[in-house]
Amino acid sequence: MTLQTAKTNDTPMVEMHGLNKWYGDFHVLRDIDFTVQRGERIVICGPSGSGKSTLIRCINHLEEHQQGEIVVNGIPMTQDIKRIEQIRHHVGMVFQHFNLFPHLTVLENCSLAPIWVQKKPRREAEALAMQYLERVRIAEQAHKFPGQLSGGQQQRVAIARSLCMHPEVMLFDEPTSALDPEMIKEVLDVMVELAEEGMTMLCVTHEMGFAKTVADRVIFMDQGQIIEENAPEPFFNNPQSERTQLFLSQILGH
Amino acid sequence: MDKLTVNTTPVDARPAPKRSVGPVAWLRSNLFQGPINSVLSLLAIWALIAGLTPVIQWAIIDADWIGTSREACGSGGACWVFISARFEQFIYGFYPSELRWRVNVTFVLFAVMIAWLALPRLPAKKLAAVMTLVVFPIVAFYLLHGGSFGMPAVPTHRWGGLMLTLVLAVVGIVAALPIGVVLALGRQSKMPIVKSISVVFIEFWRGVPLITVLFMASVMLPLFVPTEVDMDKLVRALIGITFFQSAYMAEVVRGGLQAIPKGQEEAAAALGMGYWKRMGLIVLPQALKMMIPGIVNTFIALFKDTSLVLIIGLFDLLAIVQAALSDSDWLGFSIEGYVFVALVFWVFCFSMSRYSQHLERKLHTGH
Repeated sequence: MTLQTAKTNDTPMVEMHGLNKWYGDFHVLRDIDFTVQRGERIVICGPSGSGKSTLIRCINHLEEHQQGEIVVNGIPMTQDIKRIEQIRHHVGMVFQHFNLFPHLTVLENCSLAPIWVQKKPRREAEALAMQYLERVRIAEQAHKFPGQLSGGQQQRVAIARSLCMHPEVMLFDEPTSALDPEMIKEVLDVMVELAEEGMTMLCVTHEMGFAKTVADRVIFMDQGQIIEENAPEPFFNNPQSERTQLFLSQILGH
Repeated sequence: MDKLTVNTTPVDARPAPKRSVGPVAWLRSNLFQGPINSVLSLLAIWALIAGLTPVIQWAIIDADWIGTSREACGSGGACWVFISARFEQFIYGFYPSELRWRVNVTFVLFAVMIAWLALPRLPAKKLAAVMTLVVFPIVAFYLLHGGSFGMPAVPTHRWGGLMLTLVLAVVGIVAALPIGVVLALGRQSKMPIVKSISVVFIEFWRGVPLITVLFMASVMLPLFVPTEVDMDKLVRALIGITFFQSAYMAEVVRGGLQAIPKGQEEAAAALGMGYWKRMGLIVLPQALKMMIPGIVNTFIALFKDTSLVLIIGLFDLLAIVQAALSDSDWLGFSIEGYVFVALVFWVFCFSMSRYSQHLERKLHTGH
C-alpha cells in the first residue's frame, strides 16, 4: 500500500486541477479547480445540465475526464483500473435512483461488497451491515427485498450500503430528487447525522434547507463552470454573480 | 364555507356482490357474455368434442395394447403393440442388452440430480450444482462409454434412441449456456478484438442452418483435421450443436444484459467491484433471471433440434423409430410411431416449460 503512505491528515480529500470533460463535442466541465478538505461538507447546486452530477461522478471515475488531474485522498487518478478501484474503496456514493440490487435482500445489499471486495468473513460483514442498518433506522427490514420498501427506506439502505465500506468521503448525487415529499426528511435526517459525525460529504442537491444548516461551502455551477463558491450564509443572503441570483430567485421564489 | 366537506364516518369493507363470484358467474362472464360470445363458445365446444372423439376412439378405446407381434393388432385402432415390442430399442438404441443397466443407472442418477437441483425442499444446492455439472458428467461418461473400471467399452455408434437424444440435449444445454454467456459478454466488451471475435462467431453460427452445421461436422471436418485425430462422430455432432445453440443463447443473454439499468453496474463499480464481480454478482444474476423464458425457449428448441442428427447417421429417438417403421414385420404403423415420438418429446419440453414458469415465480423479488 505504497500509495497510502503519501496520505496525512492535512492531505485534501479531493483535489481537482484544470479539469475538463467533453461528451462527444459537448464541453460539459470547463476548467474546474476545486479542493475539498477532510471533514468538509459541500453542497453543489445549479440548473440541470450544468455538470454538477458529472463533476462528482469524476471523483470515483464513473465518468472519465479528458484533461486535468484529480487526486483523491492523496491518490492521483490514472487510467489504471487497479488505481481506480483503490480510489473507489475510499469513496462512497449515493445515487438519485438508489440503485439497490433488486435480486438481493437489504442485508445482502449491504454485506456484498465487504465480503467480495474487502474479503471480510460473512458473519463479520453481516454484523457490520446490521450495525449500519440500525444507524439509518431500518434494521427491522434487513431481510426484505428492495422492491418491498418505500423510496425513502431504499435510499437509507443505499446510504448504509455505502457506509459499510468505511468510505472517507461520501458523494450524494441528488439523493432526494426521486422521493415523494414526505420521504425527503427521513433521508435528510440521516445525512445531517452523518455530517455531524464528521464525514466528508459532497452533495449535489436542491435542498436549500439542508445546504443552510449543514454545508461548510455551497458551490453554484452553470454551463460546466464553477460560478460561485461561498459559505452558505453569504451565498444565500448576498449572492455575487447575476446567474447565481437568478437561480436562487427561481428555486426559492415559490 | 360551503366548499368545505369533512368525512369522519369510516366505511367498512363489504363482500363483493353474489353475481360477480362463483362458477355460474365465471361461466357467464367468460363463455356466455352476450349472444355472439355464447354462439362462439358453443361452436368451440362442439368442435372440441367432434375433433377429440375419433382421436380418443382410435388411441385408447379401439387400441390394441397387449401382444408381441402385428397379429395382435386387428381391431382397427392404434397398435401400441408396435411400441411395446420395440420399446427397449427406442430407449437404448443398439446398446448391448446385457449392458443396459449402465444406461439405467445413468438415467436414475440424472433424475436424482435434477430432483436435487429443482426441488426447493432438498438442501445443499451448491453441492448439488457442483455434483450435476462436474461429477455427474464424468460418471455418466464412464458409465455410458465404459472402457475402464472393468466395464467393456460401448462405441458411440451403438448408442441410440431416447438415450442418445438425452445425451445430445443435455450436453448441448449444459455447454451452450456458459459459452453463450461468455459470447454475450464478449459482444458487449470494449476491447475491439474480443468484441469482433464474438460478433463473427455469433453471426457465423446463427447464419447457417443446423443441418449444414451437422453435415460440415460429420463430412467436412475430417477433411481438415489430420487423420491421426480420429474424432468420434457423436463428439463432432455435439460440438456442432453446442456452437450453434451457444450463438442463439448469446443473443438471448445479450437481450437480458441490455435490460439491466446502467445504474446497477455503476453502483457495483462505486463499491469497488471489478468487472467480473460486477458481472457475476450483480448484472448476470438479474439478466439471467429476466431471460428465463428466452433461455428455456432456446433449450426446448435445442432439444427438438437434436433429431436432425439422423441426417448424419446417428440414431436418436426419431431416427430409430423411423428405422423400425421400415422393418417388414411392422410395415404400416407409422402413425403410432410418430405419435409416440411426439409424446416423448412433448413430455420433456413441457416439463422444461413448466419448471421455467415455476422458477420465474420463485425468483420474483417484487421489482
